[in-house]
Amino acid sequence: MMRNLYTQVIMDHYRRPRNHGEIEGADLHEHLLNPLCGDEVTIYAVFDGDTLADVKFSGRGCSISQASASMMTERLIGKNREEVGAEISEFKNMMTGEREFPEDDDLAALKGVIQYPSRIRCATLAWTAFQQGLE
Amino acid sequence: MYDVAEIRREFPILEREVNGKPLVYLDNAATSQKPRRVIEALTEHYERHNANIKRGVHRLAEESTAAYEEAREKVARFVSAPVATGLIFTRGTTESINLVAHAWGRKYLGEGDEVVLTESEHHSNLVPWQLAAQATGAKLRFIPVLDDGTLDVEEAERLISRKTKLVACIHASNVLATVNPVERLAELAHENGALMLVDGAQGAPHLPVDVQELGCDFFVASGHKMLGPTGVGFLWSKPDILEAMNPFLGGGEMIREVNLDHSTWNDIPHKFEAGTMNIAQAIGLGAAVDYLEHLGMDNVREHERRLGEYAYRRLSEIEEVTIYGPEIGRTGVLSFNLPEVHPHDLSQLLDEDGIAIRSGHHCCQPLMRRLGVAATSRASFYLYNTQEDVDAFVAAVTRAREFFEAFA
Repeated sequence: MMRNLYTQVIMDHYRRPRNHGEIEGADLHEHLLNPLCGDEVTIYAVFDGDTLADVKFSGRGCSISQASASMMTERLIGKNREEVGAEISEFKNMMTGEREFPEDDDLAALKGVIQYPSRIRCATLAWTAFQQGLE
Repeated sequence: MYDVAEIRREFPILEREVNGKPLVYLDNAATSQKPRRVIEALTEHYERHNANIKRGVHRLAEESTAAYEEAREKVARFVSAPVATGLIFTRGTTESINLVAHAWGRKYLGEGDEVVLTESEHHSNLVPWQLAAQATGAKLRFIPVLDDGTLDVEEAERLISRKTKLVACIHASNVLATVNPVERLAELAHENGALMLVDGAQGAPHLPVDVQELGCDFFVASGHKMLGPTGVGFLWSKPDILEAMNPFLGGGEMIREVNLDHSTWNDIPHKFEAGTMNIAQAIGLGAAVDYLEHLGMDNVREHERRLGEYAYRRLSEIEEVTIYGPEIGRTGVLSFNLPEVHPHDLSQLLDEDGIAIRSGHHCCQPLMRRLGVAATSRASFYLYNTQEDVDAFVAAVTRAREFFEAFA
């Protein structure tokens, strides 16, 4: 059961997060706290016209929140604003079980989190921060 | 004799399994489990006596009222209150402190006045005072926590002054496993003409409490952390203080005479018990304190001190672990961090082994900042926990650490 949640993919993103860091003078800069545990994330995004040219995240958190943030950055870079917004909504729907996880993406590794309702907010923390930044 | 095996048989939930393993319940600082006699007291009330209290003139109302008032007597005796009229039932510690912050705070606090708290307060003994300060212009001051988790009493001596109107402090910490010198703080408060509030949420369930020896003016606690049901707690204060305070919630039963444009208040404790109270829960709390007295609070304290110190020693064997609070004289709380494993992940991994611990800020965000962490893991022991529970916990922490290191 433990392996259902802590998969190799999640632990790899946790240990070697992609796009971890800060971007000075970013177009978008949004900080969010998870009141449940005190974990926090900051999202930095740079747009080239309408396209998300770069996105980074910083903060501290559990393996689920950090891995999910890392996967998010990989999935969203290169998309336009509308697509980014849609991807975030879709991901949140996946975490509530309303939508299937994509088979061909690392995100599928987060499917196991659904069994643990208290952890869903960990998985959605970075996505929610980005969403708030876009609004 | 303190027989843990016999005590455990009183708690039906301790027989269950989680993930195919026997439940090891170590989240007692959040809420305690309930002995059969408390569960039966609730059932007995609903099956045999249920009626609204204080107003009906029929048999069931008389029986329910008598049982409720008997519970008040029991809880008052449990904290060595001289008279039961100073014992007010509330929804819990949070409501008790809000009651004092409104009914006493809004009446007596003003510009230039100070309320002295500590850096280690639970949010429930901090936020109500922030609201009271905003409403009255009073200022909040904070006694620092030293690196070993104890309070800086020398600094307290400087902070508590003629400006101080109230000192409010946790009896025992839900993070640091410390028992605070509330008797000394009460002396300092009284020397300066201030009152003393003791937040006993982590005191009443675990330590012998004598409100007269503590020297406090307000003592508050929650029933559900001391073997009682959820939804009931209490405030104890001196009758003359309670009589002089404003009412808190207005409504039925707290009044003497109601006119369209004004009302007069009932005698204490009823003045502070508006509306229909949590009757069954109060009766259940009465059964809980009966059981605690039967076990003996000195015995409970000794059992938990030994267990807390044993757990500290055992957990210290894990390399690079950080344990918060002093090594000796501990309560049964054990907060810690591992460098490689986030507290949330640790809780999740321990759950796989049927072990329930807590992770997070424990409603002490300012204290977390003082400790320089976002969160800690916390195991908290109670009167039914054993050395075997500690051993199972330490073994599971070791396995979790190894699991995470495998991915490094």
